[in-house]
Amino acid sequence: MTEPTAVEAVTASFARMEAVRAGADGLNCVLWSDRERALAQARAVDARAERAPLAGYPVAVKDNIATLDLPTTCGSRILEGYVSPYEATVVSRLRAAGSVVLCKTNCDEFAMGSSNENSAYGPVRNPLDPCRVPGGSSGGSAAAVAAGIARIALGSETGGSVRQPAAFCGVVGVKPTYGRVSRFGLVAFASSLDQVGVLGRTVDDAALGMEVIAGRDPYDSTSADCPVPRYREGAIRSMRGLTIGRPAEYFPASLDPRVTALCDRALDAFRALGAQVRDISLPHTDLAIPVYYIVAPAEASSNLARFDGVRYGLRVMGDDGLRAMYERTRSRGFGPEVTRRVLLGTYVLSAGYYDAYYKKAQEVRACITDDFRRAFASGVDVIFTPTTPSPAFELGAKSDPYEMYLNDIFTCTANLSGVPGISLPIGHVDHLPIGGQLLARHFDEAGMFAAAYALERALGEDARR
Amino acid sequence: MTGLRDAPAHVTARYEMVVGLEVHVQLRTKTKAFCSCDATYGAPPNVNTCPVCLALPGALPALNREAVHLAMRAAHALGCTVNPVSVFARKNYFYPDLPKGYQISQYDRPLALAGRLEIGDGDAARTVGITRVHMEEDAGKSIHDRYPGATAIDLNRAGVPLIEIVSEPDMRSSADAVAYLTALKQILEYIDVSDVNMEEGSLRVDANVSARPHGATALGTKTEVKNMNSFSGVQRALEAEFERQCTLLERGERVHQQTMLWDGSRNEVRPARSKEASHDYRYFPEPDLPPLVLDPQWIDAVRRELPELPRARRERFAREYGLAAADVGVLTSTPALADYFEAAAKAHGDAKAAANWVMGEVLAALHISNESIQHFRVAPAPLARLLDLVRDGVVSHSAAKRVFAVMAETGEPPERVAEREGLVQVRDADELTRWVDEVLAEHPAEADRFRAGEKKLLGVLVGLVMKKSKGRADPRRVNQLVSERAGG
Amino acid sequence: MAVTRDDVAHVAGLARLAISDERMTELVEQLNAILGHMDVLQQVDTRHVETTAQEGNESLPLRPDAGPRFEMQRTLEQMAPEMRGGFFLVPRLSTHEDVSDAS
Repeated sequence: MTEPTAVEAVTASFARMEAVRAGADGLNCVLWSDRERALAQARAVDARAERAPLAGYPVAVKDNIATLDLPTTCGSRILEGYVSPYEATVVSRLRAAGSVVLCKTNCDEFAMGSSNENSAYGPVRNPLDPCRVPGGSSGGSAAAVAAGIARIALGSETGGSVRQPAAFCGVVGVKPTYGRVSRFGLVAFASSLDQVGVLGRTVDDAALGMEVIAGRDPYDSTSADCPVPRYREGAIRSMRGLTIGRPAEYFPASLDPRVTALCDRALDAFRALGAQVRDISLPHTDLAIPVYYIVAPAEASSNLARFDGVRYGLRVMGDDGLRAMYERTRSRGFGPEVTRRVLLGTYVLSAGYYDAYYKKAQEVRACITDDFRRAFASGVDVIFTPTTPSPAFELGAKSDPYEMYLNDIFTCTANLSGVPGISLPIGHVDHLPIGGQLLARHFDEAGMFAAAYALERALGEDARR
Repeated sequence: MTGLRDAPAHVTARYEMVVGLEVHVQLRTKTKAFCSCDATYGAPPNVNTCPVCLALPGALPALNREAVHLAMRAAHALGCTVNPVSVFARKNYFYPDLPKGYQISQYDRPLALAGRLEIGDGDAARTVGITRVHMEEDAGKSIHDRYPGATAIDLNRAGVPLIEIVSEPDMRSSADAVAYLTALKQILEYIDVSDVNMEEGSLRVDANVSARPHGATALGTKTEVKNMNSFSGVQRALEAEFERQCTLLERGERVHQQTMLWDGSRNEVRPARSKEASHDYRYFPEPDLPPLVLDPQWIDAVRRELPELPRARRERFAREYGLAAADVGVLTSTPALADYFEAAAKAHGDAKAAANWVMGEVLAALHISNESIQHFRVAPAPLARLLDLVRDGVVSHSAAKRVFAVMAETGEPPERVAEREGLVQVRDADELTRWVDEVLAEHPAEADRFRAGEKKLLGVLVGLVMKKSKGRADPRRVNQLVSERAGG
Repeated sequence: MAVTRDDVAHVAGLARLAISDERMTELVEQLNAILGHMDVLQQVDTRHVETTAQEGNESLPLRPDAGPRFEMQRTLEQMAPEMRGGFFLVPRLSTHEDVSDAS
């Protein structure tokens, strides 16, 4: 089967967008797109002397990643209509490789959410069941891939926002090691946690996307100077002799036994390939959510201070001076979840509380990172867990904020510690996809991808949609 | 609102002023601290901006190596210990010229600690401790009176690298404070890290002032004084605030910790905020910047590259050139002037002559044309040659001044000017003798009287020869010749 | 640690957010509930823990002191809510806000 030309791929994507009703009257996963401009760019790619590696891979980009021409609203009113004058490094790299930006996808406002119900532009619906959420915050990107609009999509992770929606939508989602991919152009939520992630239909799609975007960027001082391997070469790596860790804390007694069964089936598949499974403990796991919900809002409260109506974005005037302008702009521009987290974050950083909350949380975070270091140092090559405790829930089902936060329970440890993680479909519960997660050592995405390729192949088609 | 007239001298005399200064210095890098925008002063508003210093969504900081280099140099020059690991932190507050809503600064782990600065000379020398030197970025400028009802924001300055130099509360008078600032500014000029120009804003001063009864060891409550735009402003502001505090204490009232603003036009300090609580900056380590880890070899290399500092230079000038303290002070006031003097002195050989000319004619010329020594049309080498001409008697001292004036205007070499202006002294024996003989012949009465013993007529006769020669005759030779030719 | 209404009002001020009275009650409840879950962290012994930066860069990389500046594909006027004469305009600060903290 030959790879499509850029024009063919873009044309097909837009046709698909229409067929599945990707806009506000349907799935609502696509916020902004410009078919004519995309086709023009595709023609330019096809006109290149040599075939570009990503010519057949136009990309859907989460709306908190800066692109030229199409708006970057982060799912928020405060950036309604804002068009970035520069593009994110990850987008530049994809375009240099021949990918065309198809559209900007809907997301939870400023990436804060686990269901994509917090967007100012309306919720996203899960393509597999439109009464259900696609997950969040990269719900739009996950839905775009699941609906067949794009083979690859960019999302972002702070607490699991690529892996969790990937699991809910039955696609593959990857979070790289912190520092592996440039954050320049990713609108910051929590700077010490954020990473751009890739969603794809298959492990290979995600690996290809990751190969192109990874690598040091001088504009991002936290991006690491680590050479980027050819992740797709992991497709042929043998699993013989590999040790897979099964952490007890991710398989609590309360876990739905059907999810446990799917995980066990996946682990059996690894055993059949010659890998061995070892029970391990990551003892500080149950502290991850409290740590995350102190550190992330704290950094967010600072990162979102730039949205003040002075230089760009929404401005709401009063007739009583500057302070009123700030308050009206931000109160009108931010939704309830963002407001809640900014207040929480400001509180935990404020005088008298910094030591007890933020400083303490950062210390416990180091314990969580240490859990992983010790596990990998003890001879474990990759760790396997369920991505989420249950499948996609119904829109509006979770109204309590803290209950919503618990969605990140299996994913946020990777963000806190920085280790890379991938979620791929491992089966279904109630006809809804369930994701299994592989975590690897810092900067060992190659090992992570290799295990993912093997698992995907072993589980075959019935694990996927 | 307190002025200098309010507290009588006998009240203030009962208290001791305790002052600490926080000085912000802009580093003279080409580009900003965290982005590659131009950092130079004076561009049209907002042309030197980019996603980073505009705080556009998604932008991230990348630290300028030269800012670190210059900051280290300053830390060394102030005798500080440079920390091999220092950490940047966010200082969070809302202000329209602070685009990110936080300033990237350093808090718990600054670049350098524990330095000192000596003020005064000889017996009056004192040491002021320097608590720390840390790096941070500048904010933009807010202009309040340009458009009615609005504040205009220019972000050209946002992101320019600064160092903040914090002193210990070791100063005990407003004079101490001025001496500290003068010495600090001079050191920073000498090591060439900043323009240190208070008018342009590359040097800014905030003061912490408290008062306590003489002999007390505990510190009184301090207030912060801001908005001083000159050294004399600092002096007057400190006096005013001290008076205000003394007045309160004398009445048995407490001094409240607050920020005071100096109003130079009204000569008074007033509170900055009527009632609002002080800021809660919610400092936390900057997650976008890993710790700054400095190679000890680099730290050491920067220390070794320090040029001769002002105090050392003053001592050496006194020693090597045998100059008086006052003259040394003038000649070393800026490094450029000191370099100029040294080059001229070395080329000419007579340091005292060079010193007189630099302090005299050169500074006077610069004062009139209002230019700096770096742009002065007379370079040290041509000046030295002019001094040589005087020493060798080729031009007289007064002629040399006229030559210098032309050189300052046109930049021409002294030899050419002297020649062209006809200022080269005539020393040719035949010509001089001819003139002398002519004068003696034209004024026989005076000649006779001189011959007869009226020595004071020598001056008259010499003057007549000078006049005949249109001032070009070498007066010393003429003197001799008149005596010889007159005979007697 | 219980979060009071005053606490939330104070923090809202710091964050330049205006909270209506009805929302305030709800928020106080929610923040207390959320922070209640955080108390468990106090039980963790972290006396010997050193918080290090994330893996990746152990030391801050430095960039050369050179341009050119980052080119932007749009002008400031296109993005700004209000500009005049090249300046960003905001409502006039009231006098007690006159002095910036960046001295």
